[in-house]
Amino acid sequence: MPKKIKRNYLINLIGLILLFLVFYVVFESGIFGSRTNYFMGIATTACYTIIMVTSLNLLVGILGEFSLGHAGFMSVGAYASAILTNTLADSGMPRLLLFILALLIGGIAAAITGVLVGIPTLKLRGDYLAIVTVAFAEIIRVAFTNFEITGGGRTMSGITKLSNFYWVYWVMVVCVAFMYMFIRSRFGRTVKAIREDYIAAAASGVNVTFYKVLVFTISAFFAGVAGAVYAHYITAMIPTTFNFNYSAEFLTEVIIGGTGSMTGSVIGAAFLSILPEMMRSFATYRYLGYAVVLVLIMIFRPKGVFGGWEFSLTGIFENRKKGKAGKGDE
Amino acid sequence: MSIFIQSLINGLNQGAIYALIALGYTMVYGILRMINFAHGDFIMVGAYTLFYTVPMMVNHGMPAWLAVFVAIVVCVIVGVLVERIAYKPVRNSGSISALITALAMSLFLENLAMVLFGGNPKTISKIFDLPMIELLGAKIQVKYLLTLGIGLVIMVALTLFVRMTKIGKAMRAVPQDREAATIVGINVDRIITVTFAIGSALAAVAALMYCSTYPRATTDMGTMMGIKAFIAAVLGGIGIIPGAMLGGILIGLIEIFVKVYLAPGWYEAITYAILIVVLLIKPSGILGKNVSEKV
Repeated sequence: MPKKIKRNYLINLIGLILLFLVFYVVFESGIFGSRTNYFMGIATTACYTIIMVTSLNLLVGILGEFSLGHAGFMSVGAYASAILTNTLADSGMPRLLLFILALLIGGIAAAITGVLVGIPTLKLRGDYLAIVTVAFAEIIRVAFTNFEITGGGRTMSGITKLSNFYWVYWVMVVCVAFMYMFIRSRFGRTVKAIREDYIAAAASGVNVTFYKVLVFTISAFFAGVAGAVYAHYITAMIPTTFNFNYSAEFLTEVIIGGTGSMTGSVIGAAFLSILPEMMRSFATYRYLGYAVVLVLIMIFRPKGVFGGWEFSLTGIFENRKKGKAGKGDE
Repeated sequence: MSIFIQSLINGLNQGAIYALIALGYTMVYGILRMINFAHGDFIMVGAYTLFYTVPMMVNHGMPAWLAVFVAIVVCVIVGVLVERIAYKPVRNSGSISALITALAMSLFLENLAMVLFGGNPKTISKIFDLPMIELLGAKIQVKYLLTLGIGLVIMVALTLFVRMTKIGKAMRAVPQDREAATIVGINVDRIITVTFAIGSALAAVAALMYCSTYPRATTDMGTMMGIKAFIAAVLGGIGIIPGAMLGGILIGLIEIFVKVYLAPGWYEAITYAILIVVLLIKPSGILGKNVSEKV
């Protein structure tokens, strides 16, 4: 079996490299002419949105708990990494190294807040927990508005522009791959058991507390990484960006894509970040549309567009083989 | 001393507004066990209605505050429509679906208002023309006292309504056992609709009180106010009518006093911190009874 797993990793890696090359060729060939940068910007936005939405899906879909304050984690990552790169900007460090360092610091800072937010989950569940995550995100926002180092309520500008699409693409790939592997691992199965019935899971010897805090921490870590990408892409930010509505937007994208489906999150996030850019006139009605779609999904398809379905590159190969074999039999 | 009294009155005014909103949350949560995120936006609906109706009232030579009755009608219609169209179909599919639907309705109302009224804040004309009085050197707005008075009257009226009337009894019976309530002849759907209607009407009154203090209507005014009012409801003990009043007034007082005496920039953070602490220590709130969870 390990041989097969190795082969599957290889197939997926080749698929991802091919996708990357497609983007590379499209952007470098200059098909879009002067608009190339604009499209690369959209692609970068799509990438960090994907990281945000998949990390939130880890909480919503796998653990079955709500976070309405995910933008709070994102802001922690964004500000922590921006402060780091601002201090190290003149140190002459290679840009890639600085970028990776910024991502890690952003992720770790957010993960620490994730532990803090995770602790109330020991006692609370459902809508009460959702409100607590809102409260945490708001506290973080108020804190960043007051701290002098984060701009003291004004725009924090002049952050080094480190995020370019080619790097961010691989950051996204690594983050999503890690989360996907986590879900499929022993840990992921345990977390799903807690989601289905936490009392039964606890009775079978699962340390519910530990796993809940763990998932919160991992989810926050990746939200922090996304925040770091965001900060070094947008280069000027203000704490009010990371408000309740921003968090709710991520949650919307998770629900529309499908709770528990990483494929749904990736496609949903990419689609929903590209759509408003493609149709500027539609932008005013975007949230109105979100709301209607959300209510319709809740009434008619509560598991989201993709439900629990996952796209599998290796699965396609195997099905084709099976199909061929089947034809041979006839 | 004069600053203290002034802050006290300001806090009570702010608290009474929160309390009126919290009453709406508490009633809906009490009967459906769902956080009606759109409740804050009902206040926004009320505020925009006031923006259009107050000048009309004044033009016809009527007192401006009569506009609140138009706002009540509009809010009740919006509230009942939201309940019927969006909440009813998902009522039996779990708390998470209900939460998302409520969030979606909040998003919907806010962006509908954005499309209809535009993004610019609207200034609401003066509603009350009441004097200021001096008490121990502090200048006190009479309308603040009025807000507090209205809040208390509504709370007492609501408590009596739930205790004494037949509909009130039914409202208490439905959350206890919905099936049994149906068996004894209670029309559960109708009771839930009535609850939403009352909650929305209270939101309209809250909009009047809010707009007389801060005469501005924005499309997103409901979100944060709604969350704070929900915190107030949780603090006092959710589902309990005097609890909502107590929680609201406490939150209002704390906010104003932190703003004036401690750290002006941090008052919102303090409110949220209180929520977290209360939920960790006593999730059932100040007046709530602890209920252990059944397996």
